[in-house]
Amino acid sequence: MLTKIIKTKLTAIFSGVILISLLAFKDRALHQSFQIQAGDTTKWPARFGFGYTPTAQEITAWDIDVRPDGKGLPKGQGDVEKGKGLYTLKCASCHGANGVETGAKLPGPALVGDTAAKSKPKTIGNYWPYATTLFDYVRRAMPYNQPGSLTDNEVYSITAYLLNANKIIKAGAVLNAQNLPKIIMPAKKLFIMDDRKGGPEVK
Amino acid sequence: MKKSDEKHTVSTPTKISRRALLGGMVAAAILPVNTFAGYVQTSTPALSGPGDDPIKIPGPGPSPVGKRSPFENPVRKPSDISSRTPLQDMYGTITPADLHYERHHAGVPVIDPAKHELLIHGLVERPIKFTMADLKRFPSVTRICFLECAGNFRTGKEELTPQDVLGLTSQSEWTGVMLSTIFRETGISPKAKWFLAEGSDATVMARSIPIAKAWDDAMIVYAQNGEAMRPEQGYPIRLLLPGFEGNMNIKWLRRIELSDEPYMTREETSKYTYPVKDKIRMFSFEMDARSIITYPSYPQKVERGWIEIRGIAWSGRGKIVKVEVSTDVGKSWQFANLQGTILSKAHTYFRHLWNWNGEATEILSRVTDETGYLQPTLKQLIEARGTALGGYHMNPVTAWQIKGNGTVLFKVES
Ligand code: HEC
Repeated sequence: MLTKIIKTKLTAIFSGVILISLLAFKDRALHQSFQIQAGDTTKWPARFGFGYTPTAQEITAWDIDVRPDGKGLPKGQGDVEKGKGLYTLKCASCHGANGVETGAKLPGPALVGDTAAKSKPKTIGNYWPYATTLFDYVRRAMPYNQPGSLTDNEVYSITAYLLNANKIIKAGAVLNAQNLPKIIMPAKKLFIMDDRKGGPEVK
Repeated sequence: MKKSDEKHTVSTPTKISRRALLGGMVAAAILPVNTFAGYVQTSTPALSGPGDDPIKIPGPGPSPVGKRSPFENPVRKPSDISSRTPLQDMYGTITPADLHYERHHAGVPVIDPAKHELLIHGLVERPIKFTMADLKRFPSVTRICFLECAGNFRTGKEELTPQDVLGLTSQSEWTGVMLSTIFRETGISPKAKWFLAEGSDATVMARSIPIAKAWDDAMIVYAQNGEAMRPEQGYPIRLLLPGFEGNMNIKWLRRIELSDEPYMTREETSKYTYPVKDKIRMFSFEMDARSIITYPSYPQKVERGWIEIRGIAWSGRGKIVKVEVSTDVGKSWQFANLQGTILSKAHTYFRHLWNWNGEATEILSRVTDETGYLQPTLKQLIEARGTALGGYHMNPVTAWQIKGNGTVLFKVES
C-alpha cells in the first residue's frame, strides 16, 4: 500500500518534470519565433489639428511678461513720490516702512539695501540685475495678498520708488516704457551664466 | 474580553489603539460589506476571544479607495513654503503621489480642468490654445524621472533625517505629451531660442527655458503614477523638464511664449542664483549628481552584525554609473549594488552589505554619473565656489555617524 502510494507520487512528480521541461522547450521555441514587437508604423499627420486659434485679445490678456530690452512694457508712467504713497499703503505692512531690514520679523523680504544691516540681505539694490524684472514681478505677484490688483501706472510708480530707495534713480525721475530698460543695475556686472556641461570638474 | 479596552502599543512610531483596529473588524463583521456577509454571524465574537490573531476572524471587505496599514505612518514635513518627502520611509524609487515633495510660492491653486487652457504663442507659425481634452488627444508618452528643488540642502545639527537634509526630491512616473509634439503643431520660428513657461498660481510663476530642452525631452504632463496628477504637483498640467531644477518645471501651466531672448524673471535672477567666488551664477539648469544613504540614518538605531546599507542616487545629466560606500569615515570605498533598470535622470536605489563590528564610525556614499562627474564633498564645493555658497545647487556627500551604542546621527560639516 505504502509503496504503491510512493510509486504513484513518483510517477506524478516524474511526469510533472517532463511536462515542465516540455513547457520550457515550448517556451524557448516561442521566444525564438516571437520577439517583442514595438513600433507603431502609422505615420503622423503634418498636423493633428487639435486646439483652436486664440483671438489677439485673448493673447494680449495673458501676455504680461516684460523682457530686459523693454519688450512687453505697457504704456503709462509713474514717479517716486506717488510710489512712496502706494508703497506705504500696499506694501509696507509686509516689507517694512522703508523696505529696509530692521530685524523685525516680517512676512516679506527686505527690498532696500542697507549697508548697516549685519545680515547683508540680498535686495534690489545689491542683487537684482535688471530693473525690468522689478516691474514684471510686482505686476504679476504683488501685493502678495492681492496679486494683479495694481494698475500699470501704479506699478511704474512703485518701481520708481523702490529704485530710488535703493539709490539707483533720482527722486524726481518719471519712469516709462522707454527709460526703464535703460537703467543699469549695480548688480548686473556680478551675474555670470552657468557654463558647466558635466564631466569630472567640480565647479 | 481580555484587554480590548486597553491601549495597545505597537512597535511603530505611532500608537494605534486596539479599539480603533477592532472597530474596523467589528464593522466589517456587522455590515454587509462582502459577498459572505449574509453568512457571517452578526453577534460580536470578535470582541470575545480571538484577540490579535488575524487567522481567527475575517477582515474587512473590499473598499473604493485603499488606505495605508494603520501601523504605517509616512508623512511629509511641511513648512510655510514647502513640504518634504520622508525618504527614510521609502523602500524604492517611486514616491507615492501623496508623499511627493511640495514647493510653491503662493499656495496651491484650485483649477477646474474643464476651464483650463494652454496658450502657445510668440515666435510660432500659428498661436494655438489647447483645452485639456485637446492635450490628451495627442500621442502620449510615459517616463520616470526625479524632481528636485534647487534649494535642497540643510545642515546645522546632528538630529536631521534624510527628509530634513534633502527631502525636496521625489520621483514619479509621469504621463503626458512631448513638448516637441506641441511645438510641431504650432510650428516654431527658427529665431526662437528660448521659451517662457508660465503658471496659473497667484504668483503667475514664470521661467525662461532654452529651446533645446523642448526638442530633447521636455513634456507637458497630466498624470502621475498612473492617475491624474495631484494639485500640489500642478494639476491639471505641468511642464516636466527631466533633470532640471524643480522650479523650472512650471506647475499649473497656462502659457508658453517662444522668444529670441530669456526674460530674466525674478525666479531666475533674485532667486535660484548663487554666489560663486565674487560672481553670482545664474541659469544652473541641471541638478548635479547626488546620493544619500537613507538606511541607516537618523533617528534609526542599528545593532552589531549584518546591516544592509540602502539609499538613492541620481543625476540631472543622465544615468548614474556607480555608487561607492564607505564604512570607515571615507578612508576606503566599496561598490554598492545598483538596482536595475537604471534610468536616465532618475533616482536609482543602491544597497551595500556591511558587517558592523560595533565600533563607532561614519558611513558615506558617493555617486558618479555617466559624464564622469563624481559627487563632491562640501569641502570641494567650498573650494570651488567660496564660503558664501548660498543654498542652491548644493550636492555634497552626506555622512552618518554610527555611535558605539547603535545611535545614528547626521554628520554636520562646515
Ligand atoms: C501680505 C504680505 C505682502 C505684501 C502686502 C506685499 N508683499 Fe511683496 N512679498 C511678500 C512675500 C511673502 C514675498 C516672498 C515671495 C516668494 O519668495 O515667493 C514677497 C516678495 C516681494 C519681492 C521680491 C523680493 C526678492 O528679493 O526677490 C518684491 C520686489 C516685492 N515683494 C514687492 C512688493 C511690493 C511692491 C508690494 C506692494 C505693492 C508688496 N511686495 C506687498 C509679501 C508681501
